[in-house]
Amino acid sequence: MKKHFSLLATVFVFLLMLLGASLKYKGFFSVDVFVNLLRDNAFLGVAAVGMTFVILSGGIDLSIGGMIGFTGILTGVLITKNHFHPALAITIVLAVGTSIGSIMGFLICTFELPPFLVTLAGMFLTRGLALVISQNTVTIDHPWYDKISSTKLALPAFFIVVLIVGLYIAHCRPFGRAVYAIGGSEDSAGLMGLPVRKTKIKVYAISGLCASLAGVLMTLYMSSGDPNAGRMVELDAIAAVVIGGTLLAGGVGNLIGTFFGVLILGVIQTAITFQGDISAWWAKIVTGMLVLGFIVLQKLLQVRKAT
Amino acid sequence: MGGPIVLDLSLLELRGITKSFPGVLALDNVDFTLRAGEVHALMGENGAGKSTLIKVLTGVYQRDGGTATLLGRSISPKTPLDAQSLGISTVYQEVNLIPTLSVAENIFLGREPTRLGNIDWRAMKTGAAEALARLDIVLNVNETLSSYSIAIQQMVAIARAVDIKAKVLVLDEPTSSLDKDEVAQLFQVMRKLKSEGLGILFVSHFLDQIYEISDRITVLRNGKLVGEFPTSELSRLQLVSKMIGKDEAAVASMSDHRVSDLSPNLGEPVVSAKQFGKRSKVGPVDLEICKGEVLGLAGLLGSGRTEIAQLLFGIDKPDQGTLKVDGTDTQVNSPRKAIRLGFGFLSEDRKHAGIIPNLSIRENIVLALQANRGWLRKISFSQQQELADRYIKALKIATPDADKPIGQLSGGNQQKVLLARWLASQPKLLILDEPTRGVDVGAKAEIEGLVYQLCADGMAILFISSELDEVLRDSHRVIVMRDRKKVGELSGEHLTSNELMNTIAAGDHLA
Amino acid sequence: MPKTGPWLWAVISLVLILGFNLVFTPGFFNIQLRDGNLYGSLIDILNRAAPVMLVALGMTLVIATGGVDLSVGATMAIIGSIAALMVTKGHPSVIAVVSVSLLGALVLGTWNGVLVALFKIQPIVATLILMVSGRGIAQLLTDGQIIQFHDPALSYIGSGFLFKIPFSITLVLILLCLTALVTRRTAMGLFIESVGDNPTASRYSGIDIRTVQLFAYAFCGLCAGLAGLVATANTSAADANNTGLNLELDAILAVVIGGTKLTGGRFQLIGSLFGALVIQSLTTTILTKGLAIEYTLVVKALTVLGVCLLQSPKFRAKFSKSGRSN
Repeated sequence: MKKHFSLLATVFVFLLMLLGASLKYKGFFSVDVFVNLLRDNAFLGVAAVGMTFVILSGGIDLSIGGMIGFTGILTGVLITKNHFHPALAITIVLAVGTSIGSIMGFLICTFELPPFLVTLAGMFLTRGLALVISQNTVTIDHPWYDKISSTKLALPAFFIVVLIVGLYIAHCRPFGRAVYAIGGSEDSAGLMGLPVRKTKIKVYAISGLCASLAGVLMTLYMSSGDPNAGRMVELDAIAAVVIGGTLLAGGVGNLIGTFFGVLILGVIQTAITFQGDISAWWAKIVTGMLVLGFIVLQKLLQVRKAT
Repeated sequence: MGGPIVLDLSLLELRGITKSFPGVLALDNVDFTLRAGEVHALMGENGAGKSTLIKVLTGVYQRDGGTATLLGRSISPKTPLDAQSLGISTVYQEVNLIPTLSVAENIFLGREPTRLGNIDWRAMKTGAAEALARLDIVLNVNETLSSYSIAIQQMVAIARAVDIKAKVLVLDEPTSSLDKDEVAQLFQVMRKLKSEGLGILFVSHFLDQIYEISDRITVLRNGKLVGEFPTSELSRLQLVSKMIGKDEAAVASMSDHRVSDLSPNLGEPVVSAKQFGKRSKVGPVDLEICKGEVLGLAGLLGSGRTEIAQLLFGIDKPDQGTLKVDGTDTQVNSPRKAIRLGFGFLSEDRKHAGIIPNLSIRENIVLALQANRGWLRKISFSQQQELADRYIKALKIATPDADKPIGQLSGGNQQKVLLARWLASQPKLLILDEPTRGVDVGAKAEIEGLVYQLCADGMAILFISSELDEVLRDSHRVIVMRDRKKVGELSGEHLTSNELMNTIAAGDHLA
Repeated sequence: MPKTGPWLWAVISLVLILGFNLVFTPGFFNIQLRDGNLYGSLIDILNRAAPVMLVALGMTLVIATGGVDLSVGATMAIIGSIAALMVTKGHPSVIAVVSVSLLGALVLGTWNGVLVALFKIQPIVATLILMVSGRGIAQLLTDGQIIQFHDPALSYIGSGFLFKIPFSITLVLILLCLTALVTRRTAMGLFIESVGDNPTASRYSGIDIRTVQLFAYAFCGLCAGLAGLVATANTSAADANNTGLNLELDAILAVVIGGTKLTGGRFQLIGSLFGALVIQSLTTTILTKGLAIEYTLVVKALTVLGVCLLQSPKFRAKFSKSGRSN
């Protein structure tokens, strides 16, 4: 119970917001709205899964937004301009994204560089490459794509599958536990004989994979590849992870929390659309305040534990 | 003694181990033998080479020379994991587990039981419970490790170490944060493991514990082997004298001046503490220091010397007793306050609590004085330069100029700069915690000469050292600490190395 | 490795970029006198780099304490909006506008400082809060509109000329002097470097770490506010969406290129200014060479990595080892 206090707080906030929105707006509490919530936030959710792994290991990845733009436009160009089959194009894109993540992880571990700066370089690089590939949105017109885009549950399904795979890796594979251990105490993990370096590189590879998958989902969502897509998504992803109760210092937290963190951000957005006249920027202010609230909550829990 | 067949066979043999770091020979031709089914204590003061030897054994460092054999097979572990798979497991002073994970995970991390590559949680939990049961401990293995006391965490670490089919168990100061009952529990576990044929290398600063649990003792000093002795044949006094015996080089360089030749200005004491202490850290202590007096604080490493200094200087907060400075009751709750009261504190941890490595000698010297003046009243550059030049000359700091970063100086010169930092702030009370550690003989003599000079000038000094001769030479009175308590105070004719050593060594039941 | 000044790399890079232009870009060094004022690529680089240079000065101090401030871009947007609102809603004197704006910036900076120094929240997270919600606040203030204003006195801050050079450059020089004065004529600079280099030893020497951190973040907020004024005044419009967007990253980059380590300690004010100039002259060069603007991001990425690797002790060790064995 005590162990899951932070997660309960997240779920509580989510339910409270859902309740508030449902009472205020007619038709908010419906399957349709909920499916749309998952659909609209599928790309953010998938990216946040990767970010959760990075933050659990004690690092940070700022390249996610750039990666979404880069992989999105790459997918679009490969399918529309080079006439690749979408399955092939997506495979290539995911491989490229994973490689970029691995390279960042390699640089961070090998030369002991700050993750903040290396992934910042990754952000510049991916966004730059996206714009080099194409400055304009490329429409994707392929029967395969149309089919997926028209299936309402396709994107939510992707999100849920990635989440479940993430949960499986985090809780059922030795690798997942090593990620938690490294975030909890990197020195101890090393002394206990865990493969610290290998694990950290894999964590950034996973984040790269998730971010590129998020980019692909974005193309499915919009039926086009946009080099400018995903701007500031890294911030939303970090916010979702923090609101989900994961400690930014690493080692504590879980993907269920991140899932609800993403949903909370989604509810805020949806509620604002429902309201219509309320300014969209309230979403940012509320997000910031929620992040503050959850960090203060974490501090209080730490203090209570210490005494 | 009935036991496994391996009993009395040497399990682990280290021969002629040598290890050097830039500028330091940390281990010089050291031998160490561990038998199966024994608890072997490794003793030595700071810089003796204990931790280096352990790190060589556990694969954190690689030896430069010598041989190591385990059950007759030559070994050279490259990493802690390497050592583990060879059968050498280590439990460190600060529990090196992951506090945020469960007990079961901590026991199995990195070697989880798996089925089809998936963690078999049920097998892991029963396995963890079994590993703990082997030590007669029952815990909820699902609980987060950090929800248990340090003692229990220590047991979990041992359970993990033993479960990795360890043949050799290294316990590096496992008892330093345990209370009496917890130590008793740990010793029970150690006896059990010993009877199962494990060889245990045990490091502790508590003499009572050494005599209670160990079968043999190996003593190191200054990176060299002093000797290996059966515990029953080595008296406490002998042990202490072997650990902190005369350092010939220092004696040779000893100056003609003795602090005890000077008479202190016995009036109102500068500092006077009554029943001063912090329950979880160091027992109540009475102490008084007058102007022009040097009060020595002696005792083995871990006896509570540094803790007293940290309480006085406001780094840690006392929870009992009173403190008077110049006759008025005062509370020191931060180093800032302590400095404002006219205290200075030369920490034993030069690297982490002393030098600002990338700043210049000049900046390091003026730092405390400047902090005391506040940021608005800057000491002018010319004044800074003058201060720096004066102390570089007075303390013979070897540097071309005051602009060199302190991190590039040798240990002895760094120490002199830090001394200069405190002298520049002209303290009433100067606390010197192991001021001569890790400095060469020449610098040592100079620092001692400086203590004499400061004392003659009327400064009150608290002098902490683990070297008996040094404390004797440089103090008017000596307070002796053992096991975090004050156990005696020596002055006048009682201030002899024999009595000092006796007081340090005396236990509840003399060996 | 020869002993080099920490910001030598920034100067060398700048010289290389300018040298490249000297050879390959005709007219790059031309400076014309138009309407009695100076114009040309060089002046343009200085003018465009001004906001980053202003922010970089404050960022230098924050990074030197071992922290980072991600909220400077959002602060710029808020302050720009406040200034624009003030001149469009009423007609206060420019002095009133500037004072209120800078006071607001100081408050925002102090907020960050309080979170870091008193609540002990990691700098990245603490300043992330203002980074996320700050832009929302700016949009709320401006109702999401771009607020154009016509106020010659305010616009002068961003696009005026003093002694034939852009006023924003004068402002950078004034802020540089002010920062140098505040840090070097008092002991604050020493304390900042000391805290960033070794916080424990600093505390044991009697330095109040909280004061030092509060000072650095408050000052950084002030610098960001000034930058926000310059950026807004330059276009005579407050754009809550785009003012200062991604500028925190450029500022951090400028500081790191300038020779201040991201882990804290010794700081280089002039180095940070050169760092900002390196970034801007790269951008300008790429543009004048007819390369699309997107290449600047790629070049920036490589610059960050290069600087990171050069500062990494591990990389240097590897490099010098292999150099010796060859």
